[in-house]
Amino acid sequence: MSLDDRYFEYPRRGYGMDHDLYDWSMLADRKPVRWPDGKPLALWVNVALQYFPLDQKGEPFKPPGGMVTAYPDLRHYTLRDYGNRIGVFRIFDALDKLGVTASVAMNTRLALRNPYLLRRVVGRGHELLCHGWDMDTIHHGGMHEAAESEIISRALDELRTASGCDVKGWLSPAKSQSAATPKLLATHGVEYMCDWINDDMPYAFRTAAGEITALPLSTELEDRFIILDNGHSETEYADQIIDACDFLIEEAETIGAGRLLALNVHPWMLGQPHRIRMLERVLAHITSTDKVWRASPSEIIAVWKGAQAQ
Amino acid sequence: MMRSDPGLYDYWPYENRPKISWPGNARVAFWVAPNIEFYELDPAVNPHRKPWPKPIPDVHGYATRDYGNRVGHMRLMQVLDKYNVRGSISLSTALCDHHPEIIEMCRERDWEFFSHGIYNTRYSYGMDEAQERSVIEAAMETILKHTGKPCAGYLAPALTHTERTMDLFAEAGGIYTCDLFHDDQPTPVSVRSGKKFISVPYSLEMNDTIVYVVNKIEPRRYSEMIKANFDRLYAEGANNPVVMCVPLHAYQVSHPHRLKAFEEALEYITGHSDVWVTTGREIAEHWIDQHYDEAVADIEQRVLSLGGAS
Repeated sequence: MSLDDRYFEYPRRGYGMDHDLYDWSMLADRKPVRWPDGKPLALWVNVALQYFPLDQKGEPFKPPGGMVTAYPDLRHYTLRDYGNRIGVFRIFDALDKLGVTASVAMNTRLALRNPYLLRRVVGRGHELLCHGWDMDTIHHGGMHEAAESEIISRALDELRTASGCDVKGWLSPAKSQSAATPKLLATHGVEYMCDWINDDMPYAFRTAAGEITALPLSTELEDRFIILDNGHSETEYADQIIDACDFLIEEAETIGAGRLLALNVHPWMLGQPHRIRMLERVLAHITSTDKVWRASPSEIIAVWKGAQAQ
Repeated sequence: MMRSDPGLYDYWPYENRPKISWPGNARVAFWVAPNIEFYELDPAVNPHRKPWPKPIPDVHGYATRDYGNRVGHMRLMQVLDKYNVRGSISLSTALCDHHPEIIEMCRERDWEFFSHGIYNTRYSYGMDEAQERSVIEAAMETILKHTGKPCAGYLAPALTHTERTMDLFAEAGGIYTCDLFHDDQPTPVSVRSGKKFISVPYSLEMNDTIVYVVNKIEPRRYSEMIKANFDRLYAEGANNPVVMCVPLHAYQVSHPHRLKAFEEALEYITGHSDVWVTTGREIAEHWIDQHYDEAVADIEQRVLSLGGAS
């Protein structure tokens, strides 16, 4: 038994990354970013509004939070739908009570199915991101570029038309991409994407259609990941976010450069009656100091870009 | 034909072993092993194991690991510095080319570098003897070239082995392996050359990736587990000294919701007297020099008198 000689070739072994998508750099070596009023921490809350179709294809994998049982999986379909009917309004109330700005990433199919919800999101003034077509339309390496281009174009155009918003941000379903996704996003006027979770701060990402900003939306600090994937308790969720907040403030103050706390929340998860108080606890802790800048993704990127230009 | 027993060591019961004497009469030799790894975005594929669970590019999986290099190592390094712990690095040796800045920071601190293969996306499965020897030697040469010190230890890339792995690493000049989890003390490992080659206890149970990702343990509970592990080993070490290892991955432990809790455990352990805070190589060299012959004699005598597997 032996392996093909090609297994011992390393064509991308050399300085920097093994691809050309972005430059290698350590966070500690970057130009410091200073948030408005010298606040050490920027808080970015994103609310993910999702549509999980009952006739899930699961190609090339089931979306996280998707259907589980044989068709028709009424339990998961309706549990997810609960978020868009009930949970989201609890989340809105929690944000309002604590004066927290949030962006909303919405599946375009959901926006078209639920114009009321879209109007509420827009009317409340949330920055709107496109969250792809629906949760079962996953961008992946096995796709034809033309097919993916059509999906991205449709998702963005129809969300922009329906909302009247100039949508500049993108969050892929399951944060999954093909090799062509960043280029297609840039081609269709997207300025920042949130799928690459390899950093705690924004960074410049290269595509054949020009530069796009990678704005990492942490998975590790996501409600769904902590509570559903890891099976941790609601209290543990809150403890972990609070620890992250305190850690980032301390790091920012120690090194004199701003840090970012990026929290993705799902109304079908934290919007349950027994969980919402943990979001309130988290937001109350974060907003209890004057060290936190409550910002939208575009505001965060604008300050970051300004710092790069200096 | 597969073997029913790896044939690497004899049964050697914990009770009534010859006593180990660590420097300073320490009860516990404590070492911390940060894995500094490079995962390739699109590597050559080993027919026995896919490099990524999702279609390439597996953006989420790749970015998860890249976080360690961009953000994590610096944070972890600062914590280890604070408690005067020198890391024993389990190194994907191609990282010397990709990210020499990280290597330089470890060199400045006189940390130990041992081999974890060339990339953590290249697996030993299916290699013939010449192929495996060649990659083992190449990785060791890279360590010597970039750090000026010969490589003493081995943790196979992605913990992938063949039946010959230990033989080949010992013949290439290695003296210890981290791949065996059968003991809390060093033990001799049988290799075909008859060289003095040993196992230094690494740990899966204390390994952050196994803890957080496989066992889905909360950050604060991990800290409690480490302290409990230490407390018992420290008590037993008064009778016969032992080894405790905490293997780490900066892409896991250095997240803002985790590092402070881990630091508490490190502060606790290093706050004890009679703890030898050391490296894998120092443990291996000391034990081979002081205890190897005695251990081999004891094992031979016990195998003869007790019977059983050999």
